[in-house]
Order: sequence, then structure tokens, then C-alpha cells
Amino acid sequence: MANGTTTTATDDDDFVITPTRPGEEKGAWSAWIQDLLFTVDHKKLGLMYIGSGLLFFVVAGLMATLIRAQLAFPNSHLIAPDVYNRFFTMHGTAMVFMVGMPIIFGMANYLVPIMIGARDMAFPRLNAFGFWMFFFSGWFLYFSYFAGPGLYNAGSAPDIGWFAYSPLTAKAFSRGHSSDYWTLSLLSSGIGSMATALNIIVTTISLRCKGMTLGRMPLFVWTFLVVAFLVILALPPLSACQIMLILDRYLGAKFFDTQSGGSAVLWQHFFWIFGHPEVYILILPGFAAMNEIVPVFSRKPIFGYPIMVGANVMIAFISLGVWAHHMFTVGMTSLGNSFFAISTMLVAIPTGIKIFNWIGTMYGGKIRFEMPMIFCIAFLFQFLIAGLTGVMLSVAPFDWQLSDSYFVVAHFHYVLIGGLLYTIFASIYYWYPKAFGRMMSHKIGLWHFWLFTIGFHLTFGPQHIAGFLGMPRRIYTYEAGRGWEIWNLMSSIGVIFQLAGVLLFVWNLIYSYRKGKIAGDDPWDAWTLEWATTSPPPDYNFEKIPEVRSRRPLWDLKHPDDPDWKYE
Amino acid sequence: MDTFINQPVSIDEITPWRPPSIRKVGMLTLITTESALFAIFVVAYIFYIGKSLNGPYPHELLEIPWSASFALFGSSATITFAEFALKKGNRPLFHLWWFITIAMGIYFLGFTAYEWHEFIFEKHLTISTNVFGTTFYSLVGLHASHVVVGLLLLGTILISSLRNKLDHEHHEHVEIISWYWHFVDAVWAVVLTVVYFISAHY
Repeated sequence: MANGTTTTATDDDDFVITPTRPGEEKGAWSAWIQDLLFTVDHKKLGLMYIGSGLLFFVVAGLMATLIRAQLAFPNSHLIAPDVYNRFFTMHGTAMVFMVGMPIIFGMANYLVPIMIGARDMAFPRLNAFGFWMFFFSGWFLYFSYFAGPGLYNAGSAPDIGWFAYSPLTAKAFSRGHSSDYWTLSLLSSGIGSMATALNIIVTTISLRCKGMTLGRMPLFVWTFLVVAFLVILALPPLSACQIMLILDRYLGAKFFDTQSGGSAVLWQHFFWIFGHPEVYILILPGFAAMNEIVPVFSRKPIFGYPIMVGANVMIAFISLGVWAHHMFTVGMTSLGNSFFAISTMLVAIPTGIKIFNWIGTMYGGKIRFEMPMIFCIAFLFQFLIAGLTGVMLSVAPFDWQLSDSYFVVAHFHYVLIGGLLYTIFASIYYWYPKAFGRMMSHKIGLWHFWLFTIGFHLTFGPQHIAGFLGMPRRIYTYEAGRGWEIWNLMSSIGVIFQLAGVLLFVWNLIYSYRKGKIAGDDPWDAWTLEWATTSPPPDYNFEKIPEVRSRRPLWDLKHPDDPDWKYE
Repeated sequence: MDTFINQPVSIDEITPWRPPSIRKVGMLTLITTESALFAIFVVAYIFYIGKSLNGPYPHELLEIPWSASFALFGSSATITFAEFALKKGNRPLFHLWWFITIAMGIYFLGFTAYEWHEFIFEKHLTISTNVFGTTFYSLVGLHASHVVVGLLLLGTILISSLRNKLDHEHHEHVEIISWYWHFVDAVWAVVLTVVYFISAHY
């Protein structure tokens, strides 16, 4: 790198710093654990976020497997009904708050400071606080399995569904402490999320290196800035909900007590004022990864940078005004129905702009089919399906038919798995070499991709049809002869493929950590600042804080004869 | 990494690179997220105006708290005077205004305590009496808890300044704490309007 010429992984192996890894020298484990406990380094915290998110992902995924096993055949009694209710509640809650949120915060933690040429987040200790709040609340949620029964000796884990509609959460209907575990876990993880989001905003606004104007910031960072703003605006309503619920349950307050003039629908409004922006909090980081990966593997700069930023801001803005499309069936006025139907459909405009811009980036490019790109291309198709079913559901009369059916389940799993999870996989394949200094195996990656993709479509494709045929969401079992059997069986078979895919992915993570090809600083010939430092980066990220003059600082560095800043 | 520095001169070399302070941006972000929290409680209060099924009702209890509001709004002015004094280097005057600010904040809290004591023990309105009690105590209590946090921050500054630990580099801390205090005041303006002016008719 020192002579400023193009370097690849192979031709400067002398300069590659072999990754330091724990456990190779004696007595290193205790030092490593100590380091994890007390670290305030954004890279370590980022990896801890992602690692614990993947851990909860496996646990919550196994719960989903048991749910599918129960539903594979009609009249099944494989697991007890109350256990089943706890499984779908814990699966949903954990996947959103203990898997989705920490993994996206992990990505932001690791990448935002490096991409903007900073040495750490703005408030490193607040960053550690945010992580430990999440980690604590994750275990706290699962601890309910042991401590949930409480003095009444009723219940164990929460069984109120992930959106915990009132009055199911009232003391009379939810005895014991299971709902309190749910409430307190979400309250404390929310505090951690707000702290981290605040940190991301301040880091992005105040710690950009010299020359990195907002117009030159990588789109990844732009998108996370928007996500962080959504978090600080949307998480407080959730915290408010939880505070009100605690007051109701412990001090006899009347917020959601319909016997005393309270309103159960108010819970739905407040929860979805958080809940719908939350969907965009989860999917925008997927867009962020697409914005970085698609250009690099198409060998072209992103198509329409300013409009991509605008689309992000527009999605965030509209997402704050669409919450009641989750509530068409509670009986709103026709004005309310129309407003929320139209505002929901409006989201399709900026999202469509993004899809077209990614295709525009790929058009005429020299596409390299590496693992990150393969997952991103699958994302385009799957997210398109998710978006189209979303527009269908935004039509209020259509929603009256299909609300709380398996069609809705299929829709949001296409968003969160086909959309978010695929880009998380893509990001891990893309940035793993930076974090650990070794490439992930392409061969295992392909097996992972195909098994998981087949399994994913086999599981969630048929659920659209089961939903059309009237199968309600959260149903414990069903009788034969309604035409649901074949679709449920297909769904459950698909899970086996998904499990195999995830197992291969986990194996790939472990295998490549030991045996992967040494990556070098810049294995993908990319353009953003994280590839300008070593793999893994040193604690201080950059020896000298870089200065940038264009949106692709590494391109300028590698091509001094034809730099971007001449044209921007 | 030297090569980053050796690139040709551009417009960036001439314009100085001064990103905003992390403390100021952090405080503004905190205020934004707190505003979202208050917004939900204010909406809940407004939604439940006139929906109580049993008494006591707001018009039987609520009286406009002129003196407490005067103290809290006045403290926004005195904290600004304190900041001016600090900028001019007049420490005793800074201490005086800062102390008056704290005293006015404590007076406000004292009023809330008096008001709640009267409501609970003489008018028999608790958080579980009706939806008015529920929303009143949660909204006013949330605001009062922010006043407590603000007073703790103000007290920290006063103590460190009296012990001569408040250096020039801490002036920004003083500034952002005063922003927080102004925010607490602004929230009171909303609470006063919604609770004491509007809902007192029901």
C-alpha cells in the first residue's frame, strides 16, 4: 500500500499481518474473557453484538423448528398448547429484539467508525453500556423459563405474542411473572438501543475524517444515520408502552383497563407507533449492505447516490405515519383506513427507487459472482416479493380478509428473512475477511446459499397459499380436510433445508477462522475506507487519520491518474 | 496511509474542517428521544381527558400552579445569567445565579410534592382511582423525575465549581446542562397547557 499502487490479496503477502486469535498461547483464555468484559473498543463490541445475536438466532430458530414440527401434520399433539404459545412468543420477541437489533447494531458498531475514518465511536463507554444492556435483557427474557411462574405458580415464559395485545397482558389474564419478564426485558433492551443509536448519530455527525462531507459519506453510513434517527424516535413509544404496562400491572393504573374507561386499542396504537418504524429499522440496514456490496461486485459506482439518500430519508419519514395498517380490523373510520392505506402504499415509491437503482448499478457492470453478491441478488428477488405482498396487505378490504392469517406470516418472513437475513449473510461474507483476516469458503458458501434458499422458499412460499385458504396465524393445530395439509407439510420440510444451510454457515464461520485463505487488506478491490487498513484492523483503526476527496477514497488512492474527485 | 495526504490540493485544504462537538450533538439527540417519550404520555393524557368513569374529576382538583410555573420558567432565565457570568469569568456571580436556579427547581419539586400530598390524602385521587389519576400522575411524575435528574446535574456543576474543579474546558458541560434544563422547562410549558389549562374544564 505504501507506494500507492493497486494491491490485491496475493501480491503483497509480506505485508499481511496474520490475525491474532485468542487461545493460541497459554493462559490467553482468561485474558480474552477479561478483555471481552471490559472492552470499549467499537470493533470488539461490534463482533460481540453479532456473535450474541447469532447465538440467540440459533435458539429462536430452533423454537421455530419445533413450531413447524407441531404444524407439519393435522391434529398433531407433538408439543403442548401452552408450550406452543410460549414458543411463538419467544421466537418472535427474540428474533426482533435479540437477533435483528443486535446484529444491525453490531454492523453499525464495527463499520461506521472505520468507514468515516474515525478511531472509535463518539462515546465508547456508552457503547459498552448499550451492548451489556442488550445482552442482559436477552438472557433476562430467556430466564423467564425458570423464574416466570412467580408467586401464583402460573405460566412460565411469556405467552402473549410478540406484540402482547391488551387485555391479554392484564394481571387477571396473565398471572405469574411471565409478562413482567417480557416487559422489563424490552424496556431495558430499548434503553440500550437508544444509547447505541445516539452514539451512531453523534459519531456520524461529529467524527467524520477531514474531507468526508455528508455528500461523500458511504451510503452504508448514510443509511445507518437514518436508522439511528428512526431508533431514537420509535423506541421511546415502546418504552412508554412498557412503563404504562408496568404501572397497570403493579400499581393498578388504568391505561389499558377497559373496565375503568381505559382502552385496549390504545396499546395497539402505541405499540405499532413503535412497531412499524421498527420494521424499517430492521430492513434499512439490509439496504445499507446492498449499497456497499452491489457496486463493488458490479465494478461500478452506485447509481443515483443522491436519490438513494433521499429515498432513505423518505422511507424513514413515511414509516412514522403508517402504523395503523396493522390495525385495519379494529374498526377505524373510513378516513383513517384511507389515510393509512395510502401512506403505506407511498412507501413503495422510495423502495422501488432503491430496487431500480441497484439494478441500474448492476446494468452494464462487470458482475463478479462472489458469495456476498449472490446473496444480494437473491435479496433483490425476495424483497420484491415481500414488497408486493406488502402493497397487497395495505389495501384495507384485502387486509380484512387476510389479517392475522398465514399470508401475513409469509409476508413478514419474506421481509425479515428474504430481505434482512440475506443481507446479513451477504455482509458477513463480505466483511468477515476484514474482521478476521481470512476469506470465508466459497464452496461451503454455495452449499449454504442453495440449501437455505430452497428451504426458505419451500417454507414461506406455501404459507401465502395456506393464508389464502384461511389458515389463521398462531393456530395450535388444525383438522384435516381443509386443504391446508400439503402446504403445511411443504413448509415444515423446508425447515430441514434451512437448518442444514444455517449449520453449514456456522461451520463455515468456524472453519474459515482456522483454515480460510489469508485475505489481505483489500480482498474485494473495494473503495471504502475500511479496506485501507489492515485485516483485522489495529485498535486505533488508522495510523494516520485519512483525508478523503471523493465518495470512493480507495479508488482515488489506487488510480492516481484517474481519481473520482475530478468528476464529483 | 501517507498517500492520502499526498493527493493534490482541493477546496478542502482552504476550508477548515470543524465538525460539531460530540457533547452538543449528543445532548440534542437525547432531547429528541426524550421528546418522543413525552409525546406518547401527552397523547395518552389528551386521549383520556373526560373518559374517567368515576371521580374525582380534573375540574374539582386542578388549580393553575402560578408560583411553581413562575419558578421553573424563571430558572431558565437565571441559568442563562449564570452562563453569561461564567463566560465573563465572574465566578461568584456564576455561583449566585446557579444557586438561585437550583433553589427555584427545588421550589418547583416542593410544590409538586405538596400538590400530590393534597390530592392523595385529602382528595383521594391515586394512580389507580380512575384514568385521570393514571394519566395525571404518570405525565406529571415523568416530568418531575426529569426535574430531579436536572437538579442532580446542576448540583454536580455547583459542587465541582465550588471545589475549583470547573476549568475552562468544562464550559461546554455547563452549556449542554443548561440545554437540558431549558428542555425540562419547555416540557413543563406543554404539561401546564394540556393538564392545567385544557383538562381542568372537564
